[in-house]
Amino acid sequence: MREINVEEITKTVEKLCIESNYYLPPDVKKALEDALDKEESPLGKEILSDILKNQEIARKKDVPICQDTGLTVIFLELGQEVRLVGGDLNQAIDEGVRRGYKNGYLRKSAVDDPFIERKNTGDNTPAIVHTKIVPGDKIKIILAPKGGGSENMSALGMLKPSDGIKGIKKFVLDTVEKAGSNPCPPIIVGIGIGGTIEKTTLIAKQALLRKVGEHNPNPKVAEFEKELLEEINKLGIGPQGFGGRTTALAVNIETFPAHIASMPVAINIQCHVARHQEAII
Amino acid sequence: MAKIIYTPLTSEVINDLRAGDRVLLNGIIYTGRDAAHKRLAELIEKGQKLPMDIKDQVIYYVGPCPAKPGQVIGSAGPTTSGRMDAYAPLLMDHGLRGMIGKGLRSQEVVDSIIKNKAVYFAAVGGAGALLAEAIKEAEVIAFPDLGAEAIYKLRVENFPVTVIIDSKGNDLYKSGKEKYKII
Repeated sequence: MREINVEEITKTVEKLCIESNYYLPPDVKKALEDALDKEESPLGKEILSDILKNQEIARKKDVPICQDTGLTVIFLELGQEVRLVGGDLNQAIDEGVRRGYKNGYLRKSAVDDPFIERKNTGDNTPAIVHTKIVPGDKIKIILAPKGGGSENMSALGMLKPSDGIKGIKKFVLDTVEKAGSNPCPPIIVGIGIGGTIEKTTLIAKQALLRKVGEHNPNPKVAEFEKELLEEINKLGIGPQGFGGRTTALAVNIETFPAHIASMPVAINIQCHVARHQEAII
Repeated sequence: MAKIIYTPLTSEVINDLRAGDRVLLNGIIYTGRDAAHKRLAELIEKGQKLPMDIKDQVIYYVGPCPAKPGQVIGSAGPTTSGRMDAYAPLLMDHGLRGMIGKGLRSQEVVDSIIKNKAVYFAAVGGAGALLAEAIKEAEVIAFPDLGAEAIYKLRVENFPVTVIIDSKGNDLYKSGKEKYKII
């Protein structure tokens, strides 16, 4: 057994909170640069150029790319040969979030008691933590701050197996069209297909962690990702919804076996500030 | 070329703005989002005085990041406007002339924009670091207990926005999409 003190986790979470909010991943930056080259709308080009300028300012000045520094979503892969010492794992994670959002001058966007008082918790806790036990003696932490504007435009559909590919396509296009300018396009569309209600939404969120430009290893699923991206970009919504060719940068699909009676589909929409950073302890 | 305009917004300035125009805004603007709007509406309904005079003024839907040492304000991009739709017509009836946010508005808001000869601008969502550079002064003037949701008085210089809904009711979100839609 390898012993890891939870203080290590706190420090790593703090660092990831700050870095993910200041530095846009290079694959997303490249996708925006490619979109700028291809965009036909003059106003759309100006917007994409502003978006690229913005991430450059954030990187150079060490400030948040977007003021919505999100709820803190964490995917934790815990090696089964690790023995955690020094305290409670979940408290250690929240302490990392608390320090990261304070020391990084990030906005605290979490409210307690979500439908009555809606009082700000003051430190962006609690984090939303998904833990998976895996072989090995390491801990992998993927941290993805998630903004409210794009999350609000996400959707879940308990589709019938007979709805088929056509039904999924309609559900995705309707959801993106209805979202319009709200989720800050160009967007990344994470789609989960299969599993149960919670599994399908979880894999939709995990789909957002994939690098822009990479496809699902199943060639048929990859083909469907490309087809959906093309269809979405025919909608005309464009950068910020001002009209144009770049409505989405990527469509990422993850699948999971489903019940014989079910075909759940979750669509998790991500804005162009597609933040995530990871570390291995 | 972007149009350079100043607050407070006069009818003359507003009449000249068209959906799709790029605008550089100068002068004083106020921030306000969900919780502040709720309180402003409650004050109006109780017949009480607002913390600022909103006649011909502009409200920016934003909850900024805290300022780092040496900064005027932290990153400060727009939030989704639709959540303020329930309150915007009431504020426009009491003199508000401009709103800055991002995203779709309800028909009630569009009707109120036409009736009150107002304007709805969008700033680039997600460009909080870039937009903060155009904010030269920031001061909390109401509801400090709301933290990022407090009302700030901002002085902006060449703050970049785009006209989405003009005083005639033209809507860039509709016309832009129609222009680039491939059937």
